[in-house]
Amino acid sequence: MSLNRPDLKIIQQWVKPNDKVLDLGCGNGELLHYLQQTKQVHGYGLEIDPDKITTCIGKGVNVIQQNLDAGLTNFKDQSYDLVVMTQALQALRRPDMMLEEMLRVGKECIVTFPNFAYWRCRFYLALKGEMPVSKSLPHTWYDTPNIHLSTFRDFEQLCKDRRFTILDRAVGNSEHETHLASKMWPNLFGELAIYRVTR
Amino acid sequence: MPNAIPEDSVGIVEPQIARFDTPLELACGRTLDSYELIYETYGTLNAERSNAVLICHALSGTHHAAGYHSMDDRKPGWWDAYIGPGKCIDTNQFFVVCLNNLGGCNGSTGPTSTNPATGQCYGPDFPVMTVPDWVESQLRLSDYLGIDVWAAIIGGSLGGMQALQWSINHPERMRNTAVIAAAPRLTAQNIAFNEVARQAIMSDPDFHEGRYAQHNTIPRQGLRLARMVGHITYLSEDAMGSKFGRDLRSEKINFGYDVEFQVESYLRYQGDTFSESFDANTYLLMTKALDYYDPAADFGGDLSKAMEQAKSNFLLISFSTDWRFSPARSQEIVNALTEAGKNVSYTCVESPHGHDAFLIPNEHYQGVFSAFMQRAAQPVGGDV
Repeated sequence: MSLNRPDLKIIQQWVKPNDKVLDLGCGNGELLHYLQQTKQVHGYGLEIDPDKITTCIGKGVNVIQQNLDAGLTNFKDQSYDLVVMTQALQALRRPDMMLEEMLRVGKECIVTFPNFAYWRCRFYLALKGEMPVSKSLPHTWYDTPNIHLSTFRDFEQLCKDRRFTILDRAVGNSEHETHLASKMWPNLFGELAIYRVTR
Repeated sequence: MPNAIPEDSVGIVEPQIARFDTPLELACGRTLDSYELIYETYGTLNAERSNAVLICHALSGTHHAAGYHSMDDRKPGWWDAYIGPGKCIDTNQFFVVCLNNLGGCNGSTGPTSTNPATGQCYGPDFPVMTVPDWVESQLRLSDYLGIDVWAAIIGGSLGGMQALQWSINHPERMRNTAVIAAAPRLTAQNIAFNEVARQAIMSDPDFHEGRYAQHNTIPRQGLRLARMVGHITYLSEDAMGSKFGRDLRSEKINFGYDVEFQVESYLRYQGDTFSESFDANTYLLMTKALDYYDPAADFGGDLSKAMEQAKSNFLLISFSTDWRFSPARSQEIVNALTEAGKNVSYTCVESPHGHDAFLIPNEHYQGVFSAFMQRAAQPVGGDV
């Protein structure tokens, strides 16, 4: 049993056996399915896409149809060990409020998002003068769901402002590779930002 | 009438009757000494007896959930779109059981049955039933059929409430629960609609305090009105709008009180057919069972405490335009289940058909339901 997405491979290392996990925007349930099989976690995925919900149910992943922009008011304070959100933060109306919600419901949270300061993005914008389109950001500016793009540095500033503690930081890459450069200078060479945060 | 039985139909089916002589104690304090339950089965029970699925019916439902009784039938059973070979509840895989609830008027003991104490029909003397009473009677049917553990117990609307009650009262007797277009209890508005329906029946001069059979009549007008009110709540405003709009039966308005709008004609037709086929005392009893339903009541009003009893996997489905039991009501059950840490999946299906959507084919609904049932069909303990 293995994971396809590089960010999920990194995330799973941070999950403890038997954790109670909430996966926001769980997609096809790949992460939860893996964690159920390998770490015996119990959890729920929240998803809005009907076809993805069907896929989750077929896999035996608990999935609840819910619009994340409406918050997590149906979940109690500190009722989960871990709240995960992979590559969805930038598509929410208020990423800051979602982070607050995630840390209200969970003892820890993990988020991943495309780093807009990645050198290819900078290059694209600087040379072409157009909004970057890439593997991790495949949409055009007018139809993109990604309305709040940010960078490693932006995210760390937000954590500082809100007094969140960053427990771990990792750099993801769509090519499944880790370059030394991306570890040294993540804001320039990191394609995907991966953070584990607590309050 | 089908010219030929469709390939995905369970075909011609025949109801069976199970007789019970062990007294059944009811929530109201009374006891039914003996009673009969009429039921149908589709598919084959496997050697391990592990593939049985129980279908619980809604307010005016019957044991006839799928297939045809004869080639002369105009329509198949009430949930034929979802039960059959290759359908969501796949009769190639499952042994499906559907019964008429106690107090019904389709063959199980109810107000129209003969009361052994008087030799006359029970009429209004038939005890008021509750959802837990039904669950106990269904448990006895399980024993009668030799089914120790149901692969799944499924119901829509009032049927969903029975499935939910099963999961609380007899968690060890089932592996999966599907609760569709239901609610954890009725709101004041729900009860109010039921009361209008009951008043329509009880104020009919032909009602005779429920003893209409002795007067060789039926409260036709009352039942008709009750059904008309009910039917309005089963459809959405949009569904009614797109089906009828303000269409007239003739070309112009007549400044009178006869049927003029198509929607009036439709409601009258619905009321008329229903009043000829359904028993008024059963209707009263079924609406009371709805009003009284409140599984959290035994747990200090805390639904998640109630759900802690459950052991099965759950599927909850609601419909976007259902205002009788709105998506928010299903979400209440989902919240109780997640709080109790149970396995649950939930989806709100986009459908224009209001509460009735649970009976109507819909791609997303069928996709989710099939996926859940495929999991339910897997051997016990088997997990991929």
